Amino acid sequence: MIENRPFLAFLTHLVLIIGVVIVVFPVYLAFVASTHGSGDFMRGLVPLLPGPHLLENYGFMLNEGISTAGAPPLSIMLLNSLVMAISIAVGKIAISILSAYAIVFFKFPFRLLAFWIIFITLMLPVEVRIIPTFKVVADLGMLNSYPGLIIPLIASATATFLFRQFFLTVPDELMEAARVDGAGPMKFFRDILLPLSRTNIAALFVILFIYGWVQYLWPLLVTTDSRYYTVVMGIKRLAATADAEPQWNFVMAAVILAMLPPVLVVILMQRLFVKGLVETEK
Amino acid sequence: MKKLALLLSTGVIAALAHAPNVAAQTEIAWWHAMDAELGKKLEEIANGFNESQSEFKVVPSYKGTYPETLTAAIAAFRANEQPAIVQVFEVGTGTMMAAKGAVYPVYQLMADNGEPWDPAGFLAPVTGYYSDTDGNILSMPFNSSTPIMYYNKDVFEAAGLDRETPPKTWAELEAMSRQIMESGAAPCGFTSGWITWVQTENLSAIHDQPYGTLENGFGGLGTEFTFNGPVQVKHWDNLKKWADEGLFEYGGPVGGGDAPPKFYAQECAIYMNSSASRAGVINNSKEFEVGFAPLPYYDDVTTDPKNSIIGGATLWALNGKDPEVYKGVAQFFTYLSQPEVQASWHQFTGYLPITNAAYELGQEQNYYADNPGSDIAIQQITRGTPTANSKGVRFGNLTQARTVVDEEFEAMLAGTKTAQEALDAAVERGNQILRDFEAANQ
Amino acid sequence: MQAKRTIFPNKILPYMLLVPQLAVTLIFFIWPALQALKSSFEREDPFGFHTTFVWFENYRRLFIDPNYVGSLSKTAVFAFSVTVLSMTLALVLAVAVNRVLRTNRLYTTLLVWPYAVAPVVVGILWWFMFNPTIGIAPYLLRAAGVDWNHRIDGTDAMILVIIAASWKQISYNFLFFVAGLQSVPQSLIEAAAIDGAGPFKRFWTIVFPLLSPTTFFLLIVNMNYAMFDTFGLIDATTQGGPAQATNILVYKVYTDGFIGLNIGSSSAQSVVLMIIVIALTAIQFRYVERRVQY
Repeated sequence: MIENRPFLAFLTHLVLIIGVVIVVFPVYLAFVASTHGSGDFMRGLVPLLPGPHLLENYGFMLNEGISTAGAPPLSIMLLNSLVMAISIAVGKIAISILSAYAIVFFKFPFRLLAFWIIFITLMLPVEVRIIPTFKVVADLGMLNSYPGLIIPLIASATATFLFRQFFLTVPDELMEAARVDGAGPMKFFRDILLPLSRTNIAALFVILFIYGWVQYLWPLLVTTDSRYYTVVMGIKRLAATADAEPQWNFVMAAVILAMLPPVLVVILMQRLFVKGLVETEK
Repeated sequence: MKKLALLLSTGVIAALAHAPNVAAQTEIAWWHAMDAELGKKLEEIANGFNESQSEFKVVPSYKGTYPETLTAAIAAFRANEQPAIVQVFEVGTGTMMAAKGAVYPVYQLMADNGEPWDPAGFLAPVTGYYSDTDGNILSMPFNSSTPIMYYNKDVFEAAGLDRETPPKTWAELEAMSRQIMESGAAPCGFTSGWITWVQTENLSAIHDQPYGTLENGFGGLGTEFTFNGPVQVKHWDNLKKWADEGLFEYGGPVGGGDAPPKFYAQECAIYMNSSASRAGVINNSKEFEVGFAPLPYYDDVTTDPKNSIIGGATLWALNGKDPEVYKGVAQFFTYLSQPEVQASWHQFTGYLPITNAAYELGQEQNYYADNPGSDIAIQQITRGTPTANSKGVRFGNLTQARTVVDEEFEAMLAGTKTAQEALDAAVERGNQILRDFEAANQ
Repeated sequence: MQAKRTIFPNKILPYMLLVPQLAVTLIFFIWPALQALKSSFEREDPFGFHTTFVWFENYRRLFIDPNYVGSLSKTAVFAFSVTVLSMTLALVLAVAVNRVLRTNRLYTTLLVWPYAVAPVVVGILWWFMFNPTIGIAPYLLRAAGVDWNHRIDGTDAMILVIIAASWKQISYNFLFFVAGLQSVPQSLIEAAAIDGAGPFKRFWTIVFPLLSPTTFFLLIVNMNYAMFDTFGLIDATTQGGPAQATNILVYKVYTDGFIGLNIGSSSAQSVVLMIIVIALTAIQFRYVERRVQY
């Protein structure tokens, strides 16, 4: 601080506290709702303090779910989300690091074309090609399957660019030394490049895990079998039913459970998260 | 990385292990749109069938609202992932009937599999609505309903009204709603689910007003909407006036998801919706007593209100499955039409008893005498002689046309259009949708 | 394009390395995009039994449809409002966090996690707060004498989705502004302080201009977010209503195509959207080239 102004310091904290309240309040309300009984949402104002039904509601959602609202037990959906998020993150990193390696360390015909094809994925978010992509996945027999949930989402221009950017900073001497030692390209990749990329991979993993976890439209399209529902899409089903019949306690228990894993990742791995976010978006 | 791979594979294995054992049984997928109480009862029926034999297993899955279920099934059909049975609401009937290659007509399905089939056993309005031009029933009647009026007897009494006398006409309803509000018994008079179905389509039928040309669309694809007539305009105009005054509260588009909580929370004293809301209403009104009544009518338009029209859904068998599956579907349909199954479904849910036998069974069981109000729907849908305007509406792409009606209704409530302008616009936009359907199905 | 000066001589290997990425891209991105382009010139029945080539009919119908033109302008209003609201709040918070020393980490942690909340979940959270029967927002608004009804009033509904969408995006913008603020040279600020410039003047004359690359970058990213990533949020709240007041382009593509089963029109809308994304991406990448030097 350059000068000491108590009022300004007070204002600063006030701004931050208001900001935190704005950010936290909707989730606090959801948490409170998830600790009450169904009857508490019939009339008047939503409860503002936690109630006594926490374990009961969460236990019910995790173990039983509401099949009449098209929601299987949350434990299944959470597991599906976990499989999907981890696989997407691993898949994206794997294919991106390989492509970046090819583009940076080799010269070959159509190199530029390959780069542009990868680049184009940035311009075609799933939302703009919903129906034909659904058809492709259907024709390949990948509806209602983990590959169908995962593979179409693992192309990644941003991850490829990130690795490319990083590889360009790797000193040429490293590679020359490796070649003098008689190391082939795959050995160089495995023994030198991969270890060097560790932090980048970890940072990227955090971001991509969140990306995979929050996917909504894609699982909505490719799953009709509740065994493959992810938690984020399953929740919508629950919420739609809650409109007509107030079961907000169960919906909100599901909301909290669906938020928890990625939010914990952000909080516990904040440094990696910030690095991943700020660098991938360059 | 290794740990990750391990995590992944255990996840996959665990998920696979969860998949039900499908050893010898033929699975029959049944997509439906019944949530909450209705969904539970539907699952009970499927279980009942599964326990009655060991060859087939009907697997119901909830696919969201009616429109969502229909579109999910069509998308799945295009992807060759369709279920054997899909529940399609009456609005989708036109679309399904036009899709000749996609559906396995139920009369044919039953004949092919040697199951008994007697169209005359169904209630007349049901057969009337679901038959094609040749008089064949194409889909299996399952849950047919018609809108009725629910009212809060305790609030009526608190407002100084007679708890046993619900309003008969819209004029009475208006006066009672006002008395309820002014007395402070409840903050709102009435609310309604399905503005399209209850306040527009049924309103037209009850007052013998045409909804579209060519017998409300029964006559062919060249039909046009005509629901911007004086009676409909008058009613929408009133709804807008009442909404501004607070007598009427809007429950949202499509089925009107905000409407039931308003009634359950005793915010609105009267609630119009499908007779099948009965189960939910009874379950959620433990703090007050509910009364049942037919929908009101305008006594300055007609003194002889016609029958209300059918809603709810039927079960369509979709093409493209193994013969073995259809054998199971046929057996399941036979199971469904048993009077005991039908009567229990009808009595629990408030849907109409779709067969005469189920209705008679209910009478034998003294069900209607023991449960006052439970036969309001049947009486209302069978009253008088049906006219061309009251046998139902059947249009292609009616789901989309209803979205347009909802939108124009909202525009009117927001004050950007008058009732006449809103209905004119809905008719014009709706006709465009009908022309698209006609063009796509030629 | 840049590559290493020294490279491996292999001829086949680079192609092998590229195969997975290119295969996924071609099968799940480029081929479907071409299919969308093709269907945008066709009319098809819902079940896919008949298809007719209709030239530009779908496009012509789109641009004379007041609902589509309305959707374009609503999308613009939505994207602009979300961008401005969330960036403004984020900037204020970032500046504040940059001033505190000891509690800096704690505040940051408490502010960044909404990034990880799925848009559809954000929608549910806010829809619950605005529930007409039990929600806290209508309760407070009623108490304040505001006539709030997002079920009927399109403006109210738009405000609701703008607030919800901005809420989620604050965390993202906040992190980038904090990173931007940290790279502002302390010496410049101290020099200005010695010249007698107060904290607000210093911010407007020195800090804010230096943040402009970050601001510009965030503008583009936020527009992109508001236009494409908010599908789930709209789906969980207004579903485009009332009377299409919040029917932004990306939601309309879905409802017309997947719910309305009007595949021709939906494909034409997809093509229009693709053109918009391509434009946004082009702007973003022109800018990134410059950012590398900075």
